[in-house]
Order: sequence, then C-alpha cells, then structure tokens
Amino acid sequence: MVAQAWEWLDTVPDPELPSVTITDLGIVRDIREEADALVVALTPTYSGCPATAVIEEDVTRALHEHGVKNVRIEHRLAPAWTTDWITPRGRERLKEHGIAPPAADIGDGIVILSPSTSLGINEVEGPIQCPHCGSPTTTELSHFGSTPCKALYRCEICREPFDYVKPH
Amino acid sequence: MTGHPEARAKRASKGRVEYLLRLGDNALVLAQRSAAWVAHAPVMEEDVALANVALDLFGQAKLWLEYAGKLENGGRDADALAFHRDSGDFRNLLLVERPNGNFADTIVRGYFYDAWANLALHALARSSDEHVAAIAAKSAKETAYHLHRSEDWLIRLGDGTELSHDRAQHAVDELWRFTGEMFLGDDVDAEMTSAGIGFDPASLREAWLERIGIAFANAALAQPADDWMQRGGKQGHHSEALSYLLAEMQVLPRTYTGAQW
Repeated sequence: MVAQAWEWLDTVPDPELPSVTITDLGIVRDIREEADALVVALTPTYSGCPATAVIEEDVTRALHEHGVKNVRIEHRLAPAWTTDWITPRGRERLKEHGIAPPAADIGDGIVILSPSTSLGINEVEGPIQCPHCGSPTTTELSHFGSTPCKALYRCEICREPFDYVKPH
Repeated sequence: MTGHPEARAKRASKGRVEYLLRLGDNALVLAQRSAAWVAHAPVMEEDVALANVALDLFGQAKLWLEYAGKLENGGRDADALAFHRDSGDFRNLLLVERPNGNFADTIVRGYFYDAWANLALHALARSSDEHVAAIAAKSAKETAYHLHRSEDWLIRLGDGTELSHDRAQHAVDELWRFTGEMFLGDDVDAEMTSAGIGFDPASLREAWLERIGIAFANAALAQPADDWMQRGGKQGHHSEALSYLLAEMQVLPRTYTGAQW
C-alpha cells in the first residue's frame, strides 16, 4: 500500500510549479499505514507558501480517487525543507519549463557579510545558467520572483527573463 | 522557584506563551507593514520582493502563534491571536510597528530587524523546546534572504545619490532609538534563557553592532550615538502607530466574525 501510494503521489503536480510533482520537490517526507488511516507527512517549502493548503487537498483527493478512504496529513517542520531535496528528475523538469534549478546549497542560512561586495546573490553562488540558451552570463533582477521560492533573472545573451529557484 | 508543582508548571507555561507571542507578533506586525507596500513600491521588482518578505513573515507568525495558542490551551488559534487581541495585548518590538515612511525608512527598519532576527533565530534553533527549534530553523533560512536583500538596499541607498543617502541617513537617525529594545531582557527572557528555551537578548548586541558597522561603512552612513532608547513594546506598551495598523488588519474578521474565504 505504501509503495503504491508513493507512486500515486508521484503524479500530483505542485500548484505553483506545475511542471514538477510534489515528490520531485521533496515535499512528501513520509507515508505510513496506521490502524485508522494512511498518514502522509508533508513539509512546507516556505512557511508562508500559500500552496501548502492546496497541496494537502490535492494529496487527499489523489488518494481518495485511488480508493484510500482515510487519509491523515501530518505537518513536518524539522528538518526544514531544502532545495537539496529536489530530485534530479525535478531539476530537469524545471529546466525544461524555463525555470533555472538551484545552483548550490547555502548551508545553514547564516549570511556572511563580505565587505568587498554589494552582495548580489550571483557573487555568492557563482553563475546561474540560463534555462533557455544555457548561457552562464545572467544577471539577477530581484532577490524575489513570482513566488517566495524564486528569484528573477535575465539572460544577457538571449535577453530572456527567467525564474530561478533559490538555493534554500 | 517555589510553590505547588502544578502552579509552577502553569507559571512556566505562561512565560513560554508570552515569549512565543513576542516572536509571533514581531513577524506579524512587520509582515503587515511590508504588505502595505504592495502596489506602492518604487519599482515592480520591489513590489514583488516586499510581498514575498511579507508572505514569509506571515507564515512565520502563523507558526509561532499556533504554538502559543496550543500551549496557552485556551481555545485560541493563530487567527484568534492575530485578529482578536488589542494593541495592549501585542508583544512586538516597537521597531517593527514604526510606520512605513519612505522606501529608505522601510529598508532601514527591515534591515535593523533582519540583522537581529538572523542572530535570534539561529540562537533559537538550538532551543531545548524542539518545536521552537524547528520553527526557528525554518524561519532562519527565510530571514537569511530578507537580510541579504535589505543589506544590499541599505548599501545601495546609502552609497547612492545624494537624495538616497540623505533619506537613508535620516531613517537611521530616526529609527536608532528603537533598536535598544532588541537587546534588553526582562523576567520572561531570563526565565526562557535559564530553561534553555530562549536566549539572553544582550548576548546578540555585539554581533549585531559588528554587522551593522560593516554595512554602515560600506553604505557611507554614520552610526548614531547611543542615546535614550525607547522600550516597552515587549511588555505591551505601544505607540498609536500599532493601533492604526491593527485597525486595518483586524477590521474584517472583527466586523464579520467567522468569515471564511
């Protein structure tokens, strides 16, 4: 049952990044059978992400459609979600849909102030590749993009703007 | 500590609820301030950024307040705490309730808070209360980005045009007297520190000043002298600025009790 449930949830798209599934993003942390219900542990990507409630509904609906009557959603905060949990397939799918996958992990999130730079995210992590033409010559337009998990970039070669999933 | 074990446990839990309200109210009030910029920011990218920062902070506030409500055990959830308390019941720092002012005022207020929150959340990530540690670890990752952005803007404004420099310096001078409260402990802080749940506010001051000092140097901004510092927000003594903010934030759920989307 549990293995089957993983397969079912593997087809549930993320509401805000519909090119990837919730399992691609590493949002589903655990599935287990308990006496009264099938328990699915989910973790939020960002604490204020409005997609969290939609994801819960989508998971419950998907399992109901496959005949699982009792579903219980469990919220799991720790360990905190990281973009390191995005699967290789998820990264490929993001790229195919014009969204640059995260470059590297930023560790535990302590930001070190470097006196010599004005701290563009680019300078911290190295070049972000354009998902359209593959050029590494890109510029950050804004630390924040269309959703909390993304920053806004522009490619200096093909001149296309693109979303970049920030290492988190 | 003395007294009956039950009374002692009740007191301990009251201190923890108070502590959680402080953390939640800081995030909530600053979120509401940031959200008020939506459709008013100087450029579209900043509109988006301020909205995203607000969203993160609302999310953090929800986690802190949910936990406060659970420990309080009086039937109040995060919404009840956010929308059905008056200003005297709010426990946020005075800094975060300061009005938005111009863009420089907002950036400097956010920067002072972000630099503090970055340190505070890392301290709380080591809390003996697992749930506090989990919320803090999650929030710290988000706040790292907020700090990244606000520090970047502080330097751009300070080291920018004559006008942007003057406005940034004016904001620093005006807001400085609200920074002292971040490092001022009281009985609740002492109780939470000795229980291993919280941190001593004074212990963050040196690291905060060091960071601010480097940023000020890069931004060509002058650090104000430490003069009289405002205090009282953590204990529920607020300026009228908070009342106006709450009036706008709370009007819908208070007018239409139980309203749903």
